[in-house]
Amino acid sequence: MTQQSAGDRVIETRGLTKRYRGGQLAVDRLDLAVPRGSVFGFLGPNGSGKTTTIRMLLGLIEPSAGGARLLGEPMPRAARRVLPRVGALIEGPALYGFLSGRDNLVRFDAADPAADPRTRARRVDQALDRVGLAAAARKKARAYSLGMKQRLGLAAALLQPRDLLVLDEPTNGLDPQGMREIRTLVRELAGDGTTVFLSSHLLDEIEQVCTHAAVMARGRLITQGTVAALSADTRGRLTVGTPDAADALRVLKEHGITDLVVTEERVTGDLPAPPAGPPDLADVNAALVRAGVRVRSFGTERASLEDVFVQLTGEGFDVAG
Amino acid sequence: MSRAEVSGSAQHTGTREGAGAGAGGAGAGGVDARRTARPLWSLGLLRNEVGTTFRRWRTVVLLAVLAAVPVLIGIAVKIETGGEGGGAGGGSGGAAFVSQITNNGLFLVFTSLAVTLPVFLPLAVGVVAGDSVAGEAHTGTLRYLLVAPAGRTRLLLVKYATTLTFCLVATLVVAASALVTGALLFPVGEVTLLSGTTVPFGEGLLRALAIAAVVTLSLIGVAAIGLFVSTLTNSGIAAMATTVGLLIMVQILDTIPQLHAIQPYLFTHHWLSFADVLRDPVYWDRLQQNLGLQALYAAVFGSAAWARFTARDITV
Ligand SMILES: Nc1ncnc2c1ncn2[C@@H]1O[C@H](COP(=O)(O)OP(=O)(O)OP(=O)(O)O)[C@@H](O)[C@H]1O
Ligand SMILES: [Mg+2]
Repeated sequence: MTQQSAGDRVIETRGLTKRYRGGQLAVDRLDLAVPRGSVFGFLGPNGSGKTTTIRMLLGLIEPSAGGARLLGEPMPRAARRVLPRVGALIEGPALYGFLSGRDNLVRFDAADPAADPRTRARRVDQALDRVGLAAAARKKARAYSLGMKQRLGLAAALLQPRDLLVLDEPTNGLDPQGMREIRTLVRELAGDGTTVFLSSHLLDEIEQVCTHAAVMARGRLITQGTVAALSADTRGRLTVGTPDAADALRVLKEHGITDLVVTEERVTGDLPAPPAGPPDLADVNAALVRAGVRVRSFGTERASLEDVFVQLTGEGFDVAG
Repeated sequence: MSRAEVSGSAQHTGTREGAGAGAGGAGAGGVDARRTARPLWSLGLLRNEVGTTFRRWRTVVLLAVLAAVPVLIGIAVKIETGGEGGGAGGGSGGAAFVSQITNNGLFLVFTSLAVTLPVFLPLAVGVVAGDSVAGEAHTGTLRYLLVAPAGRTRLLLVKYATTLTFCLVATLVVAASALVTGALLFPVGEVTLLSGTTVPFGEGLLRALAIAAVVTLSLIGVAAIGLFVSTLTNSGIAAMATTVGLLIMVQILDTIPQLHAIQPYLFTHHWLSFADVLRDPVYWDRLQQNLGLQALYAAVFGSAAWARFTARDITV
């Protein structure tokens, strides 16, 4: 991760720690740095402390130790100045079931003392439009489906142009179109200069939109950096599709490719690490063809974020206690 | 979502130029990073809260029940005294007024307030106050109000102010319903006060209004207790039940003779002193004691609610 000045960090925590009253250490000395303008994926298994961190960032709960700065100002002390510039979705939406979707947004907007009441109606309509709820705006929120509630929660975060969006599981319950639209929305917002801090378990989702990511496990930060750097740490595998697997295996071995596996008409293997290699893939391919191997497909599969995630947080399925 | 056409790239420039709109033209207009709070805009939440509270079914039902009480009393008195004169039964507190209703419908206002003040009114206030913060915590909307940011102190003040508005509206609903019922079922005219002097109907009305004000102020103590309880839990139902339970307990304590030493400090103790407004001259002693005690309860439990709410972790 490149060194940046503090002013370029939209979120910065130092030794941020939360021990719940029951004694549960939910977040353990977290040092997080979210650069301005990034789309930052915040990853971790269930119970790893993501929501707890987000609640501390937004001043909902008091850290047991350490501190957090949001948009350069200390939280929760500067909440009144900072939070109008932050949109948030925390652990799913929460709505007034007896109010219409539109009135829900009006209420959340009225709660912001920095929101101009003269532009309220217009901003509410735009936010509804943005999440595709314009047609259902007059419906009571209790009659909304899960995805519609999620969209309304997002609309509340978009009532104002924000400098930072904190989205905890924003695609939860959304249909494929909804997820795509969220992705589009996130890119669009990022293009406008909004930093997006996004927690999600859908890793290909994260991989598609995020520029940076951090991984938590058991309350501790395991790694953070650009998505490209994270994936680069886990080397990709070379995959050759061919009916002549035996010959391919021999040629690849000669070029220093290790951990070779043959599955039906496919040969995969690890490219050698930097000092010795990796070899120029064009040479490898040419060598295969020269050796009479009929190549159907040839290429490296970059390690997916999922591979990185599982490698960092372990295969185990059980939630840490 | 209106704009589907954006570049697929998620690359960004490191810094933003000033406060202008971004290239994509964010739907909500230009990015104005330096929006600041305005005192007048802060009142928007109070307006919204009052509107939201009175639009709830629960509030409407509570007010409807309160409005029905004077009607029932009026009809009961009418039936009981139909044909023959005199013969007053009636509620404990309002006994002094009930016998007068048949002569003057205005006394239905005093009777109804005397009947609803010990039970129905504080019960309704307990429901609204108890649910005020805990209900929002239960549905999770509290966290979104706080990150809006409503501000904890501001939100608490808004909640208390709204509860007090409910106290006023509830009292006025009882009084208005009683006035209309009284005027329809019984004759109205000059009012004979408790001290024996007779005043014109207009002054009687004014005194009724003054009583409604005193009754409203009598409820600010229980409203503050409800608000405090409401900051302690994440369950609106639990907060309402606790507040109403406390109210009943205090009412019982107020009737146990051995406890007379502490009774002057119970918030229900001086409630029926509002009858002193119907004397000529008005007896101020007990009225002042009542209002002073209510102010004390409001201060103590209001501060406790503030101390609790501003220090509390919002984990729901
Ligand atoms: N109110 C609470 N009181 C006590 N412990 C809590 C509380 N909330 C969360 N925890 C504990 O803190 C730890 C972190 O929880 P947190 O909700 O931050 O996880 P998460 O990363 O958001 O998980 P998920 O992916 O499931 O949303 C968990 O072990 C959880 O049991
Ligand atoms: Mg979570």
